[in-house]
This record gives sequence, structure tokens and C-alpha cells, in this order.
Amino acid sequence: MAIVFERPKALLDVPTHYCPGCTHGIIHRLVAEVIDELGILDKTIGVAPVGCSVLAYDYFACDMYEAAHGRAPAVATGIKRAVPDSIVFTYQGDGDLAAIGTAEIVHAAARGEKITTIFVNNAIYGMTGGQMAPTTLPGQVTETSPYGRDVNTAGYPIRVSEMIATLDGAVYVERVSVDSVPNIIKAKKAIKKAFELQMQGKGFTMVEVLSICPTNWGLSPNEAIKWLRENMIPYYPLGVKKDITAGEVK
Amino acid sequence: MAKKVLMKGNEAIGEAAIHAGCQCFFGYPITPQTEIAAYMARRMPQVGRVFLQAESEVAAINMVYGAAGAGVRVMTSSSSPGISLKSEGISYIAGAELPCVIVNIVRGGPGLGGIQPAQSDYFQATKGGGHGDYRMVVYAPSSVQELVDLVQEAFDVADQYRNPVMIMGDGMLGQMMEPVEFKERQTTRNLPEKTWAANGLRGRKIHNVINSLYLKPEELEAHNKKLQQKYAEIEKNEVKYELYNLENEVDIVIVSYGTLARICKNAIKMLEKEGIKVGLIRPITLWPYPKKAFDEVMDKVKLGFISIEMNEGQMVEDVKLSVNGRKPVFFYGRSGGMVPTPAEIVNKIKEIVGGAK
Repeated sequence: MAIVFERPKALLDVPTHYCPGCTHGIIHRLVAEVIDELGILDKTIGVAPVGCSVLAYDYFACDMYEAAHGRAPAVATGIKRAVPDSIVFTYQGDGDLAAIGTAEIVHAAARGEKITTIFVNNAIYGMTGGQMAPTTLPGQVTETSPYGRDVNTAGYPIRVSEMIATLDGAVYVERVSVDSVPNIIKAKKAIKKAFELQMQGKGFTMVEVLSICPTNWGLSPNEAIKWLRENMIPYYPLGVKKDITAGEVK
Repeated sequence: MAKKVLMKGNEAIGEAAIHAGCQCFFGYPITPQTEIAAYMARRMPQVGRVFLQAESEVAAINMVYGAAGAGVRVMTSSSSPGISLKSEGISYIAGAELPCVIVNIVRGGPGLGGIQPAQSDYFQATKGGGHGDYRMVVYAPSSVQELVDLVQEAFDVADQYRNPVMIMGDGMLGQMMEPVEFKERQTTRNLPEKTWAANGLRGRKIHNVINSLYLKPEELEAHNKKLQQKYAEIEKNEVKYELYNLENEVDIVIVSYGTLARICKNAIKMLEKEGIKVGLIRPITLWPYPKKAFDEVMDKVKLGFISIEMNEGQMVEDVKLSVNGRKPVFFYGRSGGMVPTPAEIVNKIKEIVGGAK
């Protein structure tokens, strides 16, 4: 019998620690499929963040680092500069990348570091139990915004992809979602393109992935998917924010 | 023998690192060490290596973490407030057991402090500026030649023990020009291959992971015990110090390191003329601390020891631990960028000796 679906080689055969219904598993799988399809497992190096995906190094079969909170783009810079023929990606959540790690992500992008960032945005701090993130929506209730995020005191969510897209060093920035099969297929295409452009030495690439957190949103996975569509996508519009290859004839 | 060249301390650090095979340098401007970054910006591209000016000291030390984890020789440099910022990263580097060299050209603190020479980062360097049970080898050279020799040694020691190593100087050492020779040296150490490096599988079957996270308490404790064993090994093998004027019995022994130890030597010569015999213990490694130097000279000392420092009293605690109550321990310090003069040191020692007679 023909095998039609199996674990990507870039993922290890280990049990997952992610909560039921969490979409990190899908995103891990998409990155791993891209690594397999591009045949780059042997020279890919991943950098895990602090947050829910802190243990990403247990799942990816390539060489891995665990970075200090927010510092993954700086660590990735050190790796890429030391081993220029490697393919380096960071995998970061919204607390890690959009709060404590803003300086590192902005400057890695501004320098045009030839790395790829997978930015998982679920509008909340997951690992610590559901606190307000820079990406938490106005009015959204979290442990540290119990009356809903009040923009008068807590400010406004950051649209990271739009911000990074303004930087000349960033060559490809796209926001995708994993709320549906068509969107998952689009997400994989975006991740693949980001890796390909890194391989071509074009510059900094980032894919922001809208993701759900049923546990800390206090919703079932189905309700969480609905919440993402109704609340996150309107605030964080999907699509390509920057593509220096747009218009190039293939 | 290689030719002697006249060089500024800060620039000599850069050249010594290049001689030692440093592949990457990540820096950030801060007085009084910025010449190191400027030198590396000029020289590293000439030898086909990496210079990068980071967006902050925090980023620079994490770039060091990245490059060190990939198995290349890497260095960063800064001065006191910048080292505070790097301390998070240094803790991760120690936890993940990565070799690297960190230069601290110390300035006065606390806070933004000043930019003049000081030794007020002794605690930070030797007792762990960052969090957790870790140790870092700390070298305190007192001349530009010693600086050059120790930078090269630092890379070897870092690789041998998979541990961060700090070179600690001050603005005097960084700015002074002295003749220096870059010796063609072969290490006598048996440096292990970096089979742990995460530089891509490249045919390897099992992935390498650079990490300092151990969520199970049993595993973290075991990791800490392993680190402690390594630190014990370093304490056994890597202590360095100089004994000066301690062939015969002396009235008192000065303990002092770095550029200040040179000033103390002048004071010792002045006191000699007045019939006061003074010896000097000059720690070259601040960690591991040269406790055995004190055992060695204990029987030759009449009155005790005096720790002379450019701070308000930091190393004196290690002097007391090393003397362990066997003799009195005195202290003299200036801080904030004030450098003790030989005359001041002479007066202080005459005061102690006079009081005892």
C-alpha cells in the first residue's frame, strides 16, 4: 500500500507538549515540510524562543538553539555570520518577538540578515498562562487585562508585519493564518518562499502566522478558530506586506 | 622572534584576538573601549572574518551565543554598564557551556558612573554578574604585552573548558601605548574537537542542541554538579599570579591587580628606601582566585596584608577568605576614576607599619 501521508523528516518522532487544539503543531509541520521539500535539513539551524514553543528544539530534527527571551534574531545573526552557508530560521511567539524582542527583530530585519523568522501571533502570552501581549486586541480580556485591554492605559496592538515591511533590509513579509485548509496551504507557500529567498541570499524574510490559543482564550478549538476569523483577521489583515520579487518574471 | 610594535592596549586586544583565530567580533560603542570595535571593523574584513556592530550590548552577546554555539572562536568587548547588559547572555553562555572571550575595560560605577579607570566590577566579574550558579575565568593583565598573551590564552582556555572567559582591564590599560610582540604560538593544551557545535547536521545523524533549559529539577541539579566539577578543575589548573619582592621576610604584603599593581610596585621601591619591606601578590586570574599564593608567603609576613583597589573594597573579601584569619587584612581604595598615587600608598603603609611598631 502506498504511503500518502507521513511525518516530515525534519520533525522528530516525539510526543508533543502543546495543548489540545493548539495550532503550533500545524506550523511546526509546515516548516518541517518546507525543509524536507527544499532538501536543506543538513544545513538548517533553528532557533527556539522563550514562550510556548521554547521546546521547539525537541521537535525539529535539524541542529537547534534555545535563545534567551526575545533574542532569537540576534542569536540567528551570530549563527548565520559564523556559518554563512547555513539556512537559519527563528520561531518566535508574539510576546517574545513583539515585546521584549522588538529591538532584535527590527535590527535583524534592517540589516537584511539572511534569516527567516516564523512569527506566531496568537494575541496572548501562552506559556505563562494568558497575559496581555503587545498583540492583544483592544477590549480583549486576559489575566493582566481583566477588564479588557484599555487602549488609554495599555496602548494599541502592534502590527508587526506592516512595521517590518517598511524596512529596506526586509525582502519578503507575509501574514498568513492557519484557521482553514486553504489558509494552511497559503501559509506553507509563504514559508517556502521565505526560505527560498533566504537561500538566494536576498535578505531578511518573515512570515507572521495568526494562530489560536484555546486554553488561554478560554474557548474550544472550534470557537477559537471562529474568534480568530472574526476578531484577529480584521485587525491583522492577511496578505503579502512586502515582496521585492513581486513583478519579476519567472 | 616576532618584531615588537608600539600599540595601544585596546588595539592590541583586537590584534591578539585575530592572532588567536577569532572568527567573529560583535561589538557596540562604549567609552573607554570603543577602539577595540573600531580596530576590528578595520582589520576583520582584511583577514576575511566577521565584524558586526550590534544594536545593543544585549544583541551583541546573543550574537556571541549564536556564533560560539556554531563552533567558531568569537569575542565581544564592552565597558561596565555594557557588561551589565551582557550579563543575561553571559549566564546563558555559561549554562549552555559555550566558549567565548568577553573584554571588560572597566569604568567607574554604579549606574552610568564615569569613564575613568576603575576596578569596581570585581564582584560582577568574579561572583557572577548574571543569574545562576556559574563561574567565568577572569584575567586581569597589567601591561599591554600581558594583555596580548592573555587574550590568546583566553581563547584556548575557553575552548578547553567550554566556558566564557573575561579579560578585565581599565581605561589606562586600554589607552596606554607599549611595545608589544605577537608571538607565534602553538597551544600546548589538548583542545577537544567541537563535536557539540550546532552548525548544521552535515551528515551527522543526531541533531546538536545549544540550550540552557532543564525543566526537571533532577536534571538541572545534575547539570549544575557537572558545571561545579568543571569549575573545580579550572581552580586546580588555571590559577595565575605574580609574587614580587617576596623572596625574603617582609613587613606587609600588598595585594593588587592590573595597572594598579604597577603603581604599587613603585610604592614598594619608595618604601624600600625608607627601610620598610613590602611584598606584592598580583592576582592574574581574579577567578579562580590565587588562594595558594597566600599560603606560600604566609610565613614571610610580619604584619599582614593590604588589599589596594580602585573601588570601595571588593577583592578584599577574597583576600580575607584566603588569609582566613591567620593575619590582619587592611584595605585602601580610591573609586570613581581616582587612581591611587604611589605617595598615597606609601603613606597608608607607613601608617599601618608605624601603628604596629
